[in-house]
Amino acid sequence: MSRPLGWFRVLVVSLVLAAAAFLAGAQQNTVKIGAILAVTGPASNLGAPEAKTLQMLVDQVNGAGGLLGRKVQLVLKDSGASPEKAISFARQLIEEEEVLAILGPSTSGESLKIKDVCQEGQTILLSCAAAEAIVNPVMKWVFKTPQNDAFATLWIYRYLKERGLTRIGVVASNTGFGNGGKAQLEKYAPENGIQILIAEVYDKEATDLTSVLTKLKAREVQAVVNWSIEPAQSLVAKNLRQLGMQVPLLQSHGFGNIRYVEAAGQAAEGIVFPCGRLLVADVLPDGHPQKALLLDYKKKYEAQFGEEVSTFGGHAYDAFTILAEAVRRAGSTDPARVRDAIEGLKGFAGTAGIFNFSPADHNGLDMGSFEMLTVKGGKFVLLKP
Amino acid sequence: MRRYLPLAAVALVVVGLQLALQAAGAMYYLTQLTMAAGYCLVSIGLCLLMGYAGQLSLGQAGFFAIGGYASAVLTTLKLDAAAPAARLLARLGILAERRDAFENLLLGVSPWAALLAAVLATGLVALLIGLPVIRLKGHYLAMATLGFGLIVFRVLLGTRFLGEADGIGGVPALPLFGLEVTGGKAHRVESYYVAWGLVLAALLLAVNLIHSRVGRALRSIHGGEEAAGALGVDTARYKLATFIAGAVLAGVAGAFLTHYNGGIGPSEASSMKSVRYVAIVAVGGMDNLWGTLLAGAALSFISLRGYLGSYDDAFFAVILIAVMLFFPDGLLRRARIGRGGG
Amino acid sequence: MPLEQLLQYFFAGITEGAIYAIIAIGFNIIYNTTGIINFAQGEFLVLGGMIATSLAVVLPLPLAVAGAVAATMVVGALVDLVFIRWLASPSVLRLVVITIGVSILLREGMLHAWDEKVRALRNFTGTEISSVRILGAHIAPQALWVLGIAGLIVAALALFFRYTLAGRAMRACAANRTAARLCGIKTRRLVTLSFCLSAGIGALAGCALSPLTQTQYDMGAPLAIKGFTVAILGGLGNSTAAVAAGLILGLLETFSVSLLPLAYKDAVSLAVLLAILFLRPGGLFGRREVQRLKEF
Repeated sequence: MSRPLGWFRVLVVSLVLAAAAFLAGAQQNTVKIGAILAVTGPASNLGAPEAKTLQMLVDQVNGAGGLLGRKVQLVLKDSGASPEKAISFARQLIEEEEVLAILGPSTSGESLKIKDVCQEGQTILLSCAAAEAIVNPVMKWVFKTPQNDAFATLWIYRYLKERGLTRIGVVASNTGFGNGGKAQLEKYAPENGIQILIAEVYDKEATDLTSVLTKLKAREVQAVVNWSIEPAQSLVAKNLRQLGMQVPLLQSHGFGNIRYVEAAGQAAEGIVFPCGRLLVADVLPDGHPQKALLLDYKKKYEAQFGEEVSTFGGHAYDAFTILAEAVRRAGSTDPARVRDAIEGLKGFAGTAGIFNFSPADHNGLDMGSFEMLTVKGGKFVLLKP
Repeated sequence: MRRYLPLAAVALVVVGLQLALQAAGAMYYLTQLTMAAGYCLVSIGLCLLMGYAGQLSLGQAGFFAIGGYASAVLTTLKLDAAAPAARLLARLGILAERRDAFENLLLGVSPWAALLAAVLATGLVALLIGLPVIRLKGHYLAMATLGFGLIVFRVLLGTRFLGEADGIGGVPALPLFGLEVTGGKAHRVESYYVAWGLVLAALLLAVNLIHSRVGRALRSIHGGEEAAGALGVDTARYKLATFIAGAVLAGVAGAFLTHYNGGIGPSEASSMKSVRYVAIVAVGGMDNLWGTLLAGAALSFISLRGYLGSYDDAFFAVILIAVMLFFPDGLLRRARIGRGGG
Repeated sequence: MPLEQLLQYFFAGITEGAIYAIIAIGFNIIYNTTGIINFAQGEFLVLGGMIATSLAVVLPLPLAVAGAVAATMVVGALVDLVFIRWLASPSVLRLVVITIGVSILLREGMLHAWDEKVRALRNFTGTEISSVRILGAHIAPQALWVLGIAGLIVAALALFFRYTLAGRAMRACAANRTAARLCGIKTRRLVTLSFCLSAGIGALAGCALSPLTQTQYDMGAPLAIKGFTVAILGGLGNSTAAVAAGLILGLLETFSVSLLPLAYKDAVSLAVLLAILFLRPGGLFGRREVQRLKEF
């Protein structure tokens, strides 16, 4: 009878697969680092540069003799910005691959979902996502490398106050990042004398924003603040100008990829946003602690991948270099010792700023990690005060 | 009792696999196998709907999400523990305490009450949507179910208290006679058995259904709806009942996986997920429960393990097309696994 | 609402509506000849935009667009030849599932061929900040191009179906396929032609749309859903009604933004879809006896 034989075949195949996987995962003398990034899918603008950066850095480190004399093995999983895949991969990386640390995920939504898994599994998480909620309240094993949206907000408000633009409109995407930013904007508005006349949330895959911007125009806002990481950032700029609105447009630190400027074309001129110094590395004074590493990263990345650097890749850069430095200082790959070493890092120069970690601060960046940038002639330049 | 033989075989494989993995020191596979069980549950429901009632549904992911989100929202409520109503409900077992990652004590709906609510919610929505949907045929049916799934997706994305694009996290474990269903290492084995226990229960119900009057009525509908109607079969009622059953199974799977993963996101309601469920049923053979089970377990497992990387969706599309073009009766029927409903 | 704001919504609405109408017409063409709903219709738009952006690097814009349209038409023909043609009386279920599978394949193919980045064609005239004032409302010149091209497509198709042999043969197919065959019409070739035609107008619309909305590999499916809603709204197979229905849906969506939170904009058109399917599947302009389905 075919039925029992069919099931027997299945059983044998499963056992063989299990054995094979077990053998494949047998320990070699490597340092295993896991990464969960949104290489494809809706957040690919974040994950793809992050993955490339990690690959580049791992090759670099291995070429120079590895970490503590051992080769680094990067186990990269493409989550496609899907939280349940992120959870499944996190468990896989922790329980099966037994990685030292997980770098990523790319989005705030995914990071918030796997926080608990990493905490429970006592595996270091170095998130490349920006939401403050990731490290506040602080979880022992969870860190993040992008700057806090709170600081970005304060920089934006400082700019607006200086120019007497106090009645603004806010548009944000419906992601954790967008909503996080909107929440911060709303939180800090009163104490900065800013009045948010209208705040709207749009779908992150929106293709036309003229309708919602028409609403802002009708309320006669003096400036528009957009908070998103999607390509819609360019759409806001274009639709705004096409509607004949001349008011200033401010973006979040999610604007830090030249592709957004290219996509918006002329509409990008004059956009102001807070950002890490990666994009204006060449105009920094020579003694600046970040200048050398920024230029080095920029040169190597652009040579290897033929595309301009973005701040997103920078977050992955920071995550890896922080981990590597912590391993060196701890002198071991014992997760607890490395974790302690991360917390002890002070004055560590990264692409996003100078990191000063502590048991109460698992992000390590402050207001000084930002500069105000603007777009001029299709390029990112420092905003002259 | 020949029809129950495959059930016993499935149970044997489930136990055997777990013991084998334990021996091989590869117990971490249980995570993906447990999640695969949840997706199998949805597929079984869809198999009944597509294979027996002959109703295509491109919206099962919507029901999965309704069940999952109902559980998630209710169990993550932060109610005021001091309120008298709260204390009464807690005494009745409807509310329960839980600890979050920072050791705070929070009060929300208890997981079992939430599960019941999830079942009711899914059943109600299925009833409301089902009444007009079962009258549709062909492309209109496909589009209506697709549209339903998409509306659920859009509503989830657009509503703040449902977490918008990031979904809901911090969902507590599902307690069961002192065991807990949750994703952690410590509860891996029990969660695995609970999951597959659910699948076996669903299969048992399905097998009984198929061999009952209702099942024969369904098969007559699938064979020829007008003829069945002419013979006095109340086609509308049976189709609706199957629709609701399929939806409830999906909702239970949603609730289960939400507790297991500790959260849920809007991507569970996406049309791609619905297409995957259809692909699983198609590969297994539209009316072949065992084929569907095997296909569901294998395909979900492969996808969750990430073996296909970024070619995951393309892979599902290819097998979907291939099956529809070359093996419309299902891949596994060709491979002679199982034989129809038993 | 001040007139200016009203007009602003109006223009946004008819621009979007024009695109939905073109997609719906694409559905209708294939449906009329074959009884198939081609779920991959949205992908034709995206494919046209993607190919055009690649060609525009080396060719002048009009040639790039023409090239993209031609290439997409070839893809359309291939879809028919590879997946549809040799199916002998397939059930609707199989067809639905196959075209869904094709749409996913096309999407994933575009992802791996072009990667995930968003691309945009250059504006046909003007720049990203050009703005034309019409009665107080501001409208991008590209939106006028979209409206113009949509109108051109509709007019050209009307002429095609009325005055050319192929067009009339397709109408015969739509009316009664067996009878058409008996008259010596080569229905199989017409099926391929209808796929070509749908792909072509989809690609052209996609090129016109690209400067406005940017093109990303996964934009096809949402567009297809909206297009299908419009097709059903006007009555499946009725392309004239599709134009009206498209404008109606476009206006409905944009005006909903003034009342509802923006996030529910897409839910509005989905609700319309379900309402039509449940209440009046023949569409607003369709006749009472509905299901002109070819199978099932």
